[in-house]
Amino acid sequence: MATTSTGAIEKTKSVEVKKKLNVLIVDDDTLTRKLHESIIKAIGGISQTAKNGEEAVNIHQNGNASFDLILMDKEMPEMDGLSATKKLREMKVTSMIIGVTSLADNEVERKAFMEAGLNHCLAKPLNKDKILPLINSLMDA
Amino acid sequence: MLGLGVDRLQADINRLLTSLFHQGVLDEQFLQLQQLQDDTSPTFVYDVINIYFDESEKLLRSLRLLLMDREFSDYKKIGLHLNQLVGSSSSIGARRVRNVCVAFRSASELNNRPGCLRGLEVVEHEYHYLKNMMHELFQLEQQRLLAAGVRYPM
Repeated sequence: MATTSTGAIEKTKSVEVKKKLNVLIVDDDTLTRKLHESIIKAIGGISQTAKNGEEAVNIHQNGNASFDLILMDKEMPEMDGLSATKKLREMKVTSMIIGVTSLADNEVERKAFMEAGLNHCLAKPLNKDKILPLINSLMDA
Repeated sequence: MLGLGVDRLQADINRLLTSLFHQGVLDEQFLQLQQLQDDTSPTFVYDVINIYFDESEKLLRSLRLLLMDREFSDYKKIGLHLNQLVGSSSSIGARRVRNVCVAFRSASELNNRPGCLRGLEVVEHEYHYLKNMMHELFQLEQQRLLAAGVRYPM
């Protein structure tokens, strides 16, 4: 492992992200939150969770939140992913936001979700092989 | 002697998993779950599968209550429950359960009550088969760990 000038530790394994990511996982489903937490840990990141869009927005209200990445589920009670993404972008949140959709979502719904302010969209189920190349390419972009 | 016991149990585990993949009960996503298990989270698969069981059983109970109600007409709620089941089954690699949930969902989208009742029976059957197989797998794994002299709370 080497330490960069910014203090971030770069791991040379190809199975991890290029920088230690701080991730917010937004999903109403307990199993999905646990799975995504483990995936983020496995690729060298750290994570915090929120049970719905409203919690995700509240975390950002005081202006101190600083996430590299937000994994945003689409269908959630209280505030869904589309509304939460729109709100976060209105609040000038610049984190990468990856929308997480289900197979039940059609193309129109996915397009609307993207247009709310996502950087990318992925369909469940997520796993390391799916998310790692995407995160690395978004970081390179 | 101890080594032979561990080897035999590992062979039994491999045989069971091969069979479950061959039958289409599990898919590649289950392997992804196993890859997330490590020394820092040694019971990860067991924990995730148990969350799946708890949540699925609540959803299945709710589906049964809805469909048993003579006045039932809330197909949208059936659809929402099934979306959750499809999602969680996909997340753990429970392919057959996921597929029968998708078929059940099609019946609910057509407001087909007899179709929904049949769909529910099929989902319950596949779910219980999966649960029994997972319990067998976890029992073998626990025996293997004990034989290898490893202590993990399970």
